[in-house]
Amino acid sequence: MELVQILWDRREFFLTCLLEHIRISLTAVVCAGVLGILAGILISRHKKAAGVVLGIINVIYTVPSISLLGFLIPFTGIGNKTAIIALTVYGLLPIVRNTYTGLVNVDAGILEVAEGLGADKRQVLFRVRFPLALPVIISGFRNMVVMIIAMGGIASFIGAGGLGAAIYRGITTYNMTLTAAGSLLIALLALFCDYLLSKAEKAVSRRYGIE
Amino acid sequence: MSEEIKIQDCSVAYGENEVLSHVSLVVKKGEFLVIIGPSGCGKTTLLKMINGLVIPEEGLVSVNGAPLEEENLTAVRRRIGYAVQGARLFPHMTVEDNICYVPCLERKMTKDEKYILTQKMLKMVELPEELAGRFPRQLSGGQQQRVGIARAMASEPDILLMDEPFGAVDEITRKGLQEELLTLWQKTGITIVFITHDIGEAFKLGSRIVIMKDGGIWQEGSSEELIQNPRDEFVRRLTGR
Repeated sequence: MELVQILWDRREFFLTCLLEHIRISLTAVVCAGVLGILAGILISRHKKAAGVVLGIINVIYTVPSISLLGFLIPFTGIGNKTAIIALTVYGLLPIVRNTYTGLVNVDAGILEVAEGLGADKRQVLFRVRFPLALPVIISGFRNMVVMIIAMGGIASFIGAGGLGAAIYRGITTYNMTLTAAGSLLIALLALFCDYLLSKAEKAVSRRYGIE
Repeated sequence: MSEEIKIQDCSVAYGENEVLSHVSLVVKKGEFLVIIGPSGCGKTTLLKMINGLVIPEEGLVSVNGAPLEEENLTAVRRRIGYAVQGARLFPHMTVEDNICYVPCLERKMTKDEKYILTQKMLKMVELPEELAGRFPRQLSGGQQQRVGIARAMASEPDILLMDEPFGAVDEITRKGLQEELLTLWQKTGITIVFITHDIGEAFKLGSRIVIMKDGGIWQEGSSEELIQNPRDEFVRRLTGR
């Protein structure tokens, strides 16, 4: 009850935090999505580089998120910019890995026919390979979005906005209800986006005949 | 008849394993050439050399008098139809998009153009026009194979390469497809290179038959020639005589 009460009483504060959270997450999702898909396409063409790139991203992933934010402060200062960079870096792993896996696992026989019928490399990629890898890529995208939204909560520790601000304020003022309310909204936002993307994933799988 | 495909002294190896050894073959315009031989004898490799999917380490392949080179590969491939076992239709495309795949590689087609071409090709392979909007998974094996042939023929190629195209369909469908292919060949005069491991199919379809063994051409000729003058016991057994 307390939770609902606080959400209602301080609705303007929560709404501002929610919109800021969406803005930061969305920017990181776009950056990680574009960079991740491009990197996935590139390493699918150069298999030797794939091991190295995926290895580096895996190592970055093992760095605790709070440490990564700390490392970035001397270079990019505090605030939203640093948060977006950190979230983008963290978001890369699922999208790069799934783009790569999706692209290299497309049936080689189909690709050979696509090439044998006269498509150049770009046409094979965009007309056959990428569409057939799309369900796997979307699944990685879905993981990435949920991860970025969830991790966006700690961005307020380096002065960024978002729902983390509610959590942080709750911790520093021993107001557990405030912390719980901020956490609940992050969880709901993540679940809502996951639900929407699961629908998109299903629709694409159906459209592309994978189901 | 003029030479359409010329393979001169070509060798291909996958690592240590030599798949084709100094093979030479000429296919004349309008021929229906059937290549037959046991698994692993190099038939598919030979076929893939014609559309440049396999590049020989030694030797030269020319199509219509022009040697196959990296620069002209895509242009040459668009003039060569390619149909394989199991059809390998693009699962994310409708029948219409599969059929219009090759023409769409060269230029943007309007909806009407695609519709007209699809209807024409579906009629050619004796499929009902309402299949145009379906996806490959909604077709039977025989229908998929017919669409595969329609896709290979859609840009009116000079040559049609077929790698065991009827290998994955039942006997009755296979017989029907064989008849249709023969009619198509007679109507269009297209050059066909067809791989099979079924001697009955080879005799029924081929105007010339090439028997392969151990990465080389063992014997070639018409069905009568192969039956009457087999090179050895292998050919005698293969032809069932």
